[in-house]
Amino acid sequence: MPLYLNDEQTMLADTAKDFVAEHAPVKHLRELRDAGDSTGFSRDLWKQFAEMGFTGILIPETDGGLGLGNVEAGVVLEEIGRNLSPSPFLSTAVAAVEALKHSPQRDRWFPGIVSGETVAAIAIDEKAKHGTGIAMKAERSGNGFRLTGSKQFVTHGHVADLVLVAARTAGSADDKDGITLFAVPKDAANMTADPRRLADSSLASHLAFDGVEVDADAVIGEVDQGAGPLRALLSAGRTGASAEMLGVGGGAMDMTFDYLKERKQFGAHLGSFQALQHRAAHLYSEMEVARAAVLKAQQLLDAGSEEAEGAVSVAKAMTGLATTLAVQEGVQMHGGIGMTDEYDIGFYMKRARVLAEMFGDANYHADQLARAAGY
Amino acid sequence: MSDLETFRAETRAWLEENVPASMREPVRSEADVNWGGRRADYSKNPDQKLYMERMATRGWTVPDWPKEYGGGGLSPAETKILREEMRRINARNPLNSFGISMLGPALLKYGTEEQKLEHLPKIARGEIRWCQGYSEPGAGSDLAGLQTWAEDAGDHYIVNGQKVWTSYADKADWIFCLVRTSKESKQGGISFVLFDMESDGVSTKPILLISGYSPFCETFFDDVKVPKANRIHDENKGWDVAKYLLGHEREMISGMGLSTSSGNPLIDGAIATVGLDKDGRLADPILRAQLALFEVRAKAFTAMSERFIDELKAGRAHPAQPSMMKYYGTELNKSRNELAMAAGGSDALDWDSEQSNGGAASRAWLRSKGNSIEGGTSEIQLNIIAKRILELPST
Repeated sequence: MPLYLNDEQTMLADTAKDFVAEHAPVKHLRELRDAGDSTGFSRDLWKQFAEMGFTGILIPETDGGLGLGNVEAGVVLEEIGRNLSPSPFLSTAVAAVEALKHSPQRDRWFPGIVSGETVAAIAIDEKAKHGTGIAMKAERSGNGFRLTGSKQFVTHGHVADLVLVAARTAGSADDKDGITLFAVPKDAANMTADPRRLADSSLASHLAFDGVEVDADAVIGEVDQGAGPLRALLSAGRTGASAEMLGVGGGAMDMTFDYLKERKQFGAHLGSFQALQHRAAHLYSEMEVARAAVLKAQQLLDAGSEEAEGAVSVAKAMTGLATTLAVQEGVQMHGGIGMTDEYDIGFYMKRARVLAEMFGDANYHADQLARAAGY
Repeated sequence: MSDLETFRAETRAWLEENVPASMREPVRSEADVNWGGRRADYSKNPDQKLYMERMATRGWTVPDWPKEYGGGGLSPAETKILREEMRRINARNPLNSFGISMLGPALLKYGTEEQKLEHLPKIARGEIRWCQGYSEPGAGSDLAGLQTWAEDAGDHYIVNGQKVWTSYADKADWIFCLVRTSKESKQGGISFVLFDMESDGVSTKPILLISGYSPFCETFFDDVKVPKANRIHDENKGWDVAKYLLGHEREMISGMGLSTSSGNPLIDGAIATVGLDKDGRLADPILRAQLALFEVRAKAFTAMSERFIDELKAGRAHPAQPSMMKYYGTELNKSRNELAMAAGGSDALDWDSEQSNGGAASRAWLRSKGNSIEGGTSEIQLNIIAKRILELPST
């Protein structure tokens, strides 16, 4: 399979580009923020995503979705990133769907995701850095389980209809095994959300589970065997976050290059100065390499390859590095106006930082690769 | 089975049968690289010749060239499968040559039918080794400022001048060479000619580099007679050929950014000198972090190379994209060598001991510094990216 988008994927990219730019441009984010919106995204827009078929992009056709892959989901995410559109797409249509895909739970949740009624949130992190273990306890209780502990960095956690929670049914916090993944509905008693406004004006919750009772059928996959669906969730989530970062970095880069072509100082366009040309060309190179890494990871995931997990870490780390460069150069090359709230480039910097952190940052994934390579 | 699956199965079987075991060993030194040519010496390694000939019989030294010129006539998808199957068994490149990576593509685009039939099959069979006469003492980054003069003498030119940094000029059979045929215009006064290095008036002098090796030469032309029939493309249109060829040269050099062997000698070297701690991590945490972040870029660049080749074969790559590949790949290779030196510590400083394989690490480290200079410096590549891809304004 060649490492570029095929004709169908290119058509989808064109559709997504037009749709997201029209319905959820950066102005949409700014309006939600300025209005003090407490949901974190527009439910109307989520419905429109459903009408386009986007929300069911990874859901099999037999379950009412489009039955497409991570490449196609990434095509949509890139446009979400480019327009900084607040959307539950990544947590719901990508991460949650991939976790639920092979579980009977899909019958309960997929119809709502396809129709744009349902929003899902992902509750994994318990500390400020991803990958520092899962201590939250899930003890057997009656016919089901009782969840006790806390989660953080749960995007849309305060409004989600469904929260996917990784909890420990055996072993200790640092063990890889003994984890169970639960699908917790929003009306579960004793689950409280403390939504925090993040730097990019998105809302992510600290969730407290104070003895939350769930039925046995809330378990995704098998008890103690949550590592499997959790890996599916994280691989898709990381790859999706990478694709979204390509959009954020690419959007920041394009905006910056446009500025270099317009702005004049010393009687010449900024873009004619070699000091800036070389930095621009270096940035372009980093973003191109990141784009290749993301597509490689998406294709390997879709092919069910054993090499996918490593490629996903490469993609997440590389897009983190490249996009961070893109937004830093973006603000610097815009000069003073790059520091103003009025200008959009700062929004890109904020969003990039959030995505760089989500599901593990570049250092986390570099470390994972090193471990896998035996050092 | 689809046609491609059948092709893969047949290719796998043929390679298993025909790639000699010694040609599946990692390349350890320059002696393990087969450059072909009239003066190639296969007495120490007859498998090199056997392997090259077997591959050439199928046209697989140049799998995607047309069959009538000695190629395999494979489609991009088939070429990719062949490379994947070769990698699977760690098969070496059967023939390394500037004829394949640089001149061939230019001849295919600009050569006459006669010129193609004359030169391409000999390249494919490894019979003629080519060198490149581009840079001059006064024309480095500003290549079009070259002064080597080709005087019109009817059916031939008389060439006088000097080239520099001519890779392996002392070992090559023929040269593809940029000469000035008009002083009216800088880029528009250049012609692209081919001639035999055994022609009267050609002499070479190796240049000793900081690595202690002499892969490059000064090359002198003193009244060298070159038939006009050996000119590629029109007179004074050589710059078009030169630029097209440079794109392929950059593509080739960018390959230096790729890890060539199936293992990872950089990491193995670090583990050997620094050791692992009780948790199985490299005992020097800062070196480990540097290596891990380097590996992210190296692996991402491997994907970029795959993407670039796929896009190139499909005619989707930006014409200046080889500049990005060259820039990134060579900077990556320099980083790899710096890290290899840091990982190797004082052992890596050995210059000629037997234990160090003749100072392989330190010499490779120094050699790598030339990667971002040869074929157009990193700064030239960044200029090209900025102007041609990003379309930033000029002063």
